[in-house]
Amino acid sequence: MSAVGFAARRRGAGVWAFLVHRLSGLALALFLPLHFWALGQAIQGEAALDGFLRWADRPLVKLAEWALVVLLAAHLAGGLRLLAVEFLPWSDRQKTWIALGAGFSLLAGLVFLLNLL
Amino acid sequence: MTQAQDSEPESLRTVQVWRGDATGGAFAEYRVPARPRQTILDLVTWIQRHIDPGLSYRYACRVGMCGTCAMTVNGRPRWTCRTLLGTVAGEGTLRIAPLAHLPVIKDLACDMAAFFDKWRRAEGRFHGIDSVEPEIAVVSPSSPERQAADAGIECIGCGVCYAACDVVGWNPEYLGPAALNRAWTLANDVRDRAGVARLKAVAGDAGCHACHSHQSCADHCPKHLNPTRGIAGLKRLAARAALKGEI
Amino acid sequence: MTGRAEALLWLAQRASAAVLGFCVLVHLATIVLAVQGGLSAAEILARTQASLAWAAFYAVFVLAVAVHAPIGLRTIAREWLGWRGRSLELTTLAAGIALAILGWRAVAGVVLG
Repeated sequence: MSAVGFAARRRGAGVWAFLVHRLSGLALALFLPLHFWALGQAIQGEAALDGFLRWADRPLVKLAEWALVVLLAAHLAGGLRLLAVEFLPWSDRQKTWIALGAGFSLLAGLVFLLNLL
Repeated sequence: MTQAQDSEPESLRTVQVWRGDATGGAFAEYRVPARPRQTILDLVTWIQRHIDPGLSYRYACRVGMCGTCAMTVNGRPRWTCRTLLGTVAGEGTLRIAPLAHLPVIKDLACDMAAFFDKWRRAEGRFHGIDSVEPEIAVVSPSSPERQAADAGIECIGCGVCYAACDVVGWNPEYLGPAALNRAWTLANDVRDRAGVARLKAVAGDAGCHACHSHQSCADHCPKHLNPTRGIAGLKRLAARAALKGEI
Repeated sequence: MTGRAEALLWLAQRASAAVLGFCVLVHLATIVLAVQGGLSAAEILARTQASLAWAAFYAVFVLAVAVHAPIGLRTIAREWLGWRGRSLELTTLAAGIALAILGWRAVAGVVLG
């Protein structure tokens, strides 16, 4: 028997950064085909795209869009952190990076929200 | 004991110790007289000497050199010989378990075989040339390779990073931070001849490319090494070798 | 998959990430500006139609994402679903091609449409 069960470990900030990065990436990847399909409506002319945009102009969809923008910003910040970890001669602690990433995604979300209201 | 040594008040503390073997077990509770500046290893030894001589655990040097006394202390892997009660438990309960990710032999002693087997699988040993070196290799301490090797060379193989690593928990085949850190120091040893063979050994989803850069290894290493940095170096070396078709 | 293939996928993931880092910044800025006063097809198309610069930008953006997303999904499939082997590699490839085609179709839509 391995010791995993009883030696319940505390987790560091890096694990949460990883989870946010993975879940945001998963959500974005699943959203992409829909996004491309919607914009592809423009091939059938402006009216088709407008039809979709009118459909999308409802609170629930707006909320989902807001969430996607935050996820995109979070995934960007997490990705920059990973690139820094793997390619830059970085300092030992990157909690600053993670904090900056969280702050940046929050900021992007707020800016988007403020423009919506 | 003199009055001067006795300056810290001794109090009865609750200590939970995992008791069991490979088939299972549970935490047992002991009341132990302790001072805040006593080490966790002291308390475990006190339990064995005064309550249950059957308690199994492992240690040798008691001064942070041998790397055998690592255990899970209140949820974190640590050297018990260099961890003071006051810094980990304050006034609360102390909970001691064996290291995570390794099979238990008995109580607090783990089987380290899998851990060290992975050092071998990662080509974590020096490969010189077969004959005697014609001349003594001159390695400048200030060269980038030597500096990179020096940054990871102080590992004593205690297994703390291995127990702290989430990826080891998720993927039992993963070589782990200690073995990869060792491979990285050797990859930067200009006298070593196993470059491509080692990169082959450490590339792939059980090797350096499985690392998620959580940096739990660096957070927990008692020697303040940063295996994540070495693993990132291996990722880059392996990718470069893959581009050239060497691996 | 061999260690060599894993190493190359890792590199492709990072190289595309570097491109995406730039593209996403531009994309986020565009979103923030575009949603002011609500979205309309006319507004989107006025910006993109017959614009070589936007066409090139979005074509590169789509290519980078078509490389990046399937490799990430492949890692998740391996780690969380335990899916491995040839079927996974072929699915990853198919996902990349599908994303590229869908994406470029959308670019053609907003540039030529």
